[in-house]
Amino acid sequence: MRVALFITCLADQFFAESGVHAVKLLRSLGVEVEFPARQTCCGQPAYNAGYWNEARSMAEHTLDVFQDAEYVVLPSGSCTTMLRAFYPELFRERSSKFKQAEDLAGRTFELAEFIVKVLGVTKLGDGLRGRKVAYHHGCHALRELGIKQEPLALLANAGAELVDWPASQECCGFGGLFSVKLPEVSLSMADQKISTLPRADYLTSALAGCLLHLSGRMQNHRVGLETTSPYGLSEVRPLASLLWQAVEGAA
Amino acid sequence: MKASPNNYPEEAALVIREHPEVRASVTGATLNFDQNRRKAYSEIDTEAWRVWAEAVKNHLLTHLDGYLRQAEASLVANGVQVHWAEDAEAAQQILARLVRENQVRTVVKAKSMLSEELGVNPLLESLGARVFETDLGEYIIQLENEPPSHIVGPAIHKNLEEIRQVFHRHFGTALNETPEALAAVARKRLRDAFLRAEMGISGANFLAADTGTIALIENEGNIRLSTSTPRIHVALVGIEKLVPRFSDLAVFLSLTARAATGQRLGTFVSLIQGPRKPGEHDGPEQVHVILVDNGRTSVLADPEAWETLRCVRCGACLNACPVYRQTGGHAYGYVYSGPIGAVLAPGLLGLEAAKALPYASSLCGACFEACPVRIPIPKLLLAWRSRAVEQGMTPRFEAAAIRAYAFTMTHPLLYRLAARFIRYLPDQVLDNRVVPVVKAWTEGRAGLKPSPKSFRELWESGEAQ
Repeated sequence: MRVALFITCLADQFFAESGVHAVKLLRSLGVEVEFPARQTCCGQPAYNAGYWNEARSMAEHTLDVFQDAEYVVLPSGSCTTMLRAFYPELFRERSSKFKQAEDLAGRTFELAEFIVKVLGVTKLGDGLRGRKVAYHHGCHALRELGIKQEPLALLANAGAELVDWPASQECCGFGGLFSVKLPEVSLSMADQKISTLPRADYLTSALAGCLLHLSGRMQNHRVGLETTSPYGLSEVRPLASLLWQAVEGAA
Repeated sequence: MKASPNNYPEEAALVIREHPEVRASVTGATLNFDQNRRKAYSEIDTEAWRVWAEAVKNHLLTHLDGYLRQAEASLVANGVQVHWAEDAEAAQQILARLVRENQVRTVVKAKSMLSEELGVNPLLESLGARVFETDLGEYIIQLENEPPSHIVGPAIHKNLEEIRQVFHRHFGTALNETPEALAAVARKRLRDAFLRAEMGISGANFLAADTGTIALIENEGNIRLSTSTPRIHVALVGIEKLVPRFSDLAVFLSLTARAATGQRLGTFVSLIQGPRKPGEHDGPEQVHVILVDNGRTSVLADPEAWETLRCVRCGACLNACPVYRQTGGHAYGYVYSGPIGAVLAPGLLGLEAAKALPYASSLCGACFEACPVRIPIPKLLLAWRSRAVEQGMTPRFEAAAIRAYAFTMTHPLLYRLAARFIRYLPDQVLDNRVVPVVKAWTEGRAGLKPSPKSFRELWESGEAQ
């Protein structure tokens, strides 16, 4: 089985190590991993901000890059949603591209979803035994794609204790350009979400943007924050890294 | 600053910065509503109900002309006087005529968002009538001369302490009075108003076209009194409030109550079938229905936005919305706030007048999940955004930045160079407040630190192999 890894621009630049972990994880499961070098960004920031012509140009580029991939796997729920749900929307009135978009959508999976649904693997190892993990559900993966149980199952089956986080399914306030267009609202949402975070060893998610936003807020010492978790800071670690840790044990 | 939809970014920031008590009140109230809704939804096959309700409203909207004529005939047969208002001004003129002809001095009002939309209270006051809002929440904000901040809970931005102070200022009640005692004070004053008023004004949750039945849901009994005690009852009805059949109410009344407050049914449901008939002892002598368009037909003609008109004004999307929760409704600068306000405002006011509101969302999708009639709010927000871009309503620097970003991302070599470039920047650049986007990010968040090497470099150097 061949997988083309779409690392996504944010993970490429900010969570490069987690990309390495995704590669090792997939290989450990017997998957052949390739990395099409011309890949860039899925275009979601432009799409969400209403710049659909620009989004379309990036979507066309991506359709082209992954044309021959057997499967496209992304360590990001939101970018997966872009390829799977929003590319067809963008090309709805352009029949040839629409077919191409539908075709790509059918071969595209978020990492944890791919492992559970396509590979049929639910236990990766027990390298997370005794670790308390708080899982942030990215909104798009959760509500647009219905990815909810897959990451939780992989974490729990590796021995992680999933902490009860009342706001785990609530938007963290990242929202792409939303975070800089309405920064006060965005930060206020992060504070509300963080304030309900229970004690945990790791805060994880399949969304690089959400993690940058949440960890950026948690590390921020410029403003007098009363909203960080009363239990102090959890280590923020992308899902791909934690899943590799499930196989490998603690690094 | 004047309340206006396009001031949303400034108003929202202001509330968050200077009125943390608003966030606390709104968060408490909406989380509570939302939790109750989830519980009430879990008792029924919600998906089946929602799909059915969506289909009935879609049918209604695609045959609205016929159903409006049928509703008019049914109402007239019931002895109701029907008026048509194309816009707010027309509605005001009709209302003004009714007030003058009947020498109305006192009006009791049952909670109606449409009356807010039409500016009914200032009109009545200009005609010399005394107006009493009779919903307790509306009563409180009327005392403070504020607009409602939520479709169902107009005063949820106020906490008990503030309400105690409002009552203290207006009625001299003690500052530690219980909520029950405060409600009793309002109740006594409103009781007098009900008995004195010549006219009661309500909205309508639904209007059944086949029987001409006006359906109203409430919990306080004030709507029942407002519509039955005064001599004249005027119902303001948006043309989208129709349902085809009386029997449709069986689902809509319960679904709306579940969505709005998590109740299986409102405490009171009034089904109004016309004025007092010969031999009956009570009820109004005249019942008027004003059917209001005020921009709705232009929304209906819109190939995308028309779905907004399925809205039953339950407020479930506000309760589910984490963006609304930070500020409450006033920041939106429009009578309808939250997710539904953000898609209704550009439809009813025109996009130019409300172009900021479609951006008042992180597109998390919680609103669609909560909506009892499955209005695809995130999709509609996106549609409005794309129109704003198409019509050149977005800031020029933003458009230029997006074009540059798209150009970079469609030229892999440029992307690669840009990735190199950000690693050569001194830390201060990604950490400081010079570049506007970086500034907006780093004010409140730690600076951005790229990984030492990008993934692509790790892959190409064999470190990822």
